[in-house]
Amino acid sequence: METLRQPLLQISGLQKSFAAPAGGRHRIVSVAEFSLTAGLQLALAGESGSGKTTFLHLIAGILQPDAGTIHFNGEPVSTFSESQRDRFRARNLGYIFQTFNLLPGYTCLENVLLGMSFGPGVDRGRAQQLLERVGLGDRLQHRPQQLSTGQQQRVAVARALANRPKLVLADEPTGNLDRKNSRAALALIREACREDGAALLLVSHDAELLGQFDQVSDFSQINQTVHLEEIA
Amino acid sequence: MTIFSIVLRSLRQHALSCAVTSASVALAGGLLLTVWVVKTQSQAAFTGINGGFDAVLGARGSQLQLVLNAVFHLEASPGNVVWQDFLDLQNNPDVELAVPLAVGDNFHGWRIVGTTPDLFQKSEYAPGKKFELRPGGNWFDPARRSAVVGSFVAEKMKLKVGDRFHPFHGLIYDEQRQHAETYVVVGMLKPSNTPADRVIWIPLEGVQRMSGHHAGADTEISAVLVKLKAGSALAGFQLENYYNKQGNHLTFAWPIGRVIAELFDKVGWFDRVLTLVAWLVAFVATGSILASIYNSINERRRELAILRALGARRTTVFSVIVLEAATISAIGVALGFGVYAVLISVVTEIIRSQTGVVLEPFASNPVMFWEPAAFIVLGACAGIIPACKAYRTDVANNLGPYS
Repeated sequence: METLRQPLLQISGLQKSFAAPAGGRHRIVSVAEFSLTAGLQLALAGESGSGKTTFLHLIAGILQPDAGTIHFNGEPVSTFSESQRDRFRARNLGYIFQTFNLLPGYTCLENVLLGMSFGPGVDRGRAQQLLERVGLGDRLQHRPQQLSTGQQQRVAVARALANRPKLVLADEPTGNLDRKNSRAALALIREACREDGAALLLVSHDAELLGQFDQVSDFSQINQTVHLEEIA
Repeated sequence: MTIFSIVLRSLRQHALSCAVTSASVALAGGLLLTVWVVKTQSQAAFTGINGGFDAVLGARGSQLQLVLNAVFHLEASPGNVVWQDFLDLQNNPDVELAVPLAVGDNFHGWRIVGTTPDLFQKSEYAPGKKFELRPGGNWFDPARRSAVVGSFVAEKMKLKVGDRFHPFHGLIYDEQRQHAETYVVVGMLKPSNTPADRVIWIPLEGVQRMSGHHAGADTEISAVLVKLKAGSALAGFQLENYYNKQGNHLTFAWPIGRVIAELFDKVGWFDRVLTLVAWLVAFVATGSILASIYNSINERRRELAILRALGARRTTVFSVIVLEAATISAIGVALGFGVYAVLISVVTEIIRSQTGVVLEPFASNPVMFWEPAAFIVLGACAGIIPACKAYRTDVANNLGPYS
């Protein structure tokens, strides 16, 4: 039944390269075809340096591809102007980073509110509800540095869901956590995405984490630049 | 969360540098306000003060010196006027009132001026305002060694009715030059906020006949305050022509306001230098806003990248930085009014003690509206360069490690 649905994310011919320090360019991403159905949870397995983060940045519109198209809900995101991509990201995506990227000067509640500020608008009640859902209802006014690493990750999860995203991108979300916290964090991310109806695209090299997903794809099969390809 | 709340959190994070830069803006703002208000108010106050008179007649010399001596009780007298000249002027049909003044003595540095009761009883130092005595006092008796003390002198010297004192010769206090005569304080003026507050008034004959004054002093005076009759529009021109062009031993300073305005023209360069210094301080303060925010951008790249990753546009990040600079400036401007209050209180007191002129530092003045606006605009402009740096922040490279 899943395959009959309209893909949420449709990528074709995607390419991205960067200038190499020694001259020339390195192609980091070369994805011929990739799609993700709405509400689906997919893990991409890949080694460090395989271009996973760049791939997620391209989907998020943080980076602009050299070639290829990205369609999100039928809209050609890859042709958007920068401000359109900012708007797209603020309204449709949640992003969980390996290092959480919480703002240290903001409280937990303010960090979550920030996740809504540039998109649908601030909803203080929802922000509190999200923090309660991730077990931090009594830490609303704490700053990130007053929390444990696991708690910080939970704030990051709440922030990623704050704008009711259609897709959550998670880049090694448990990379900084111990095994116990790692399992708990992943369970929380998956459950929260499921409850909110958001698709989840997670990249990791952690075999145990990947083992918890029903659908896992090998990123090296998707990204055809297995080794950094030097372009003349 | 609005842009402004993001700005406030950023300021909270960088509270120390924000406080230091705001303080420098406050200093500049307070300085500029003080210079401007003192300039405009003192010019208005000094040119507006004429003691209720139109002109001053005195010995041949500088009109400015004459006015400063007779009206503001500053400077030395340019010379003496013989009594007959006073009588001639008093009998002029265009003159409503002529009041003789004689100076040359002091009491611990406070000027003693001899005059006639006409000064207090017939003239108004400002429209509808006559000099008044504090309860329990009397005007001096021209036939006795009695004195009426200006309010400021009374306050500083703690003089009261019934006190006795010896005048000292000259306008500068020298304890070796005490006169033998003893004067009794018979009255104290209520504050008039005019230079009269800084004077001890005694009968004209008292100064003229004081022991130790030169022979002939009893038929001479220092100056004459002149009030022309209302409606005699040409009288001032005619008397100025008579004394200054046709005569050769007297000076007729008319109108008093014009003479003082010339003084401000002469010292205008000083105002301009002070204003320039204040603006330079303002630009330095603005530069400190620029430097502090610009330097902080490096350590805030990640924070800016996170904001961008959450959907903030480049223009939003740009606006946050410009607004942050403007807010630092606005805080400085607000604190600047406190600096102004302190500075102006000190300057007002100095001017009052030196001239008797009282400024109104908290009266509405256009500078109080345009200065805050100008400083906030300057602050916002100072934010543009760091904002451009923030605008160019590379999101992907500043978000953290690539997995």
